[in-house]
Amino acid sequence: MKDYAYFPGCSLEKLAISYHTSALETSKKLGARLMELDDWNCCGSTTYFHIDELLAYTLSARNLAIAEKTGLDLVAPCSACYKNMYFTAAHLKKDPELAEHINYALEEDDLHFSGNIRIRHLLEMYAQDIGPEEIKTAVTHPLDGVQIAPYYGCQILRPRKDHESVEQPHYFEDLISAIGATPIDYPLKTRCCGGSLIISSRTAALSMVRNLLHTAVERQADVIATACPMCQINLECYQQSVNQEFNTNFSVPIMYFTQLVGVALGIPSKKLGIGKEFISVMPVLASE
Amino acid sequence: MTETYTFNFMKEVSSLLHAADGNPFPMCVQCGSCSGSCPVAAYMDYTPRQIIAMVNAGLKDQVLNSNTFWYCASCYQCSVRCPQGISITELMYALQRYSIWKSRYQEGLIGPSFSEAFAKTIVNAGRTFEPILAPSYIFRFKLREFFLEVQNATELMLKGRLPLLPPRIKRLDNFKRMIRKIIPIGGLA
Ligand code: SF4
Ligand code: SF4
Repeated sequence: MKDYAYFPGCSLEKLAISYHTSALETSKKLGARLMELDDWNCCGSTTYFHIDELLAYTLSARNLAIAEKTGLDLVAPCSACYKNMYFTAAHLKKDPELAEHINYALEEDDLHFSGNIRIRHLLEMYAQDIGPEEIKTAVTHPLDGVQIAPYYGCQILRPRKDHESVEQPHYFEDLISAIGATPIDYPLKTRCCGGSLIISSRTAALSMVRNLLHTAVERQADVIATACPMCQINLECYQQSVNQEFNTNFSVPIMYFTQLVGVALGIPSKKLGIGKEFISVMPVLASE
Repeated sequence: MTETYTFNFMKEVSSLLHAADGNPFPMCVQCGSCSGSCPVAAYMDYTPRQIIAMVNAGLKDQVLNSNTFWYCASCYQCSVRCPQGISITELMYALQRYSIWKSRYQEGLIGPSFSEAFAKTIVNAGRTFEPILAPSYIFRFKLREFFLEVQNATELMLKGRLPLLPPRIKRLDNFKRMIRKIIPIGGLA
């Protein structure tokens, strides 16, 4: 099994620390080491493009150049980081003048972007690179009977990269089946969680979160699986705010897919960062 | 007069999309797929389809005074569905940049100060500090929202999910020199 260069991103340092610990533990158990990039910087998230486009590309280019030094494929657990790095690499490869300009700036840190590595989302690494077959054989504690709503969110799928299906992806469902659980089919699996609107346009974002929770619960989800810190935080930490705003009483656990895979591989819950949630995931674990 | 005005606003906005070239927003056929796909359209002053028509018609003041582009969640749903291959999302980014650049935005929006606070943190530290409770925009919340945010932050703190100190990268000097080669920073640093 191969190693990956790993770009955790700012949220995984604290707010989404359980995603970080579960990603490291679960990958290790699957035989893939995640090697954290040396001295990485913030990718600019979705908000940096509001200020300056060129600098936004430079921020990602620096991380890409650091990753190139390792010669490994680069993996990012956060969908915004992933999208920024993937499309920065694509733009720079298409536009040599832009690349030259940015490389001139990267010289200040002894770095150079050449665009010769593959950039993957952590979910793609699990569901496509390692693959459901291999994960299935590693499962020791299948999550029989657990109904999981796969939540893709936005930026892992969009913008479109090639000719892949952005409307009806299925790889998350396949991963969920591989760990013995039942994937729930619900129409909003690729709908936006509101992202940073939760800060800047709160009412709009809360209604988006409410719609997501509502459709998942309606289809009998025991837990919603996420692949992005922003989605997890919006769906989980703002669930109480949704309840207050809309007089609802949602109490759906939201887990990172790495935690769910980790549980199925028999990794102790503490090592998966379980216990730091607002909404207890114990009902999910108990049914297993 | 109107002709030049129209042309200029469209051109100014296009020039803010220099790296994402080939975004043919003047080719919009007003089909409305973008508005129909947008999860935030109901909260926007003008829908994505309308805002594109307005940019193309040069209605600069109305565009800049609207909340539309500050309410864009960057979900790219509109962009993957546009039959004309227009990235509406990138256009929204361009309008945000234009609006910050000109310091012209609708009264009371949190978006602009949030983006600026965020950008400043990156430029100065190479990393972001979790945005919750950043003083530069939290005072814009209504009282009830403010308390809900504080409640959330307290719970995060108790669960060990909030950083106590702002993180920064190691090679910060190199990083800052790199940034200065890209933009000679005036207001940001
Ligand atoms: S989907 Fe494209 S062509 Fe249709 S209205 Fe929106 S921008 Fe115009
Ligand atoms: S990217 Fe923005 S404008 Fe487009 S659908 Fe999403 S929120 Fe609406």
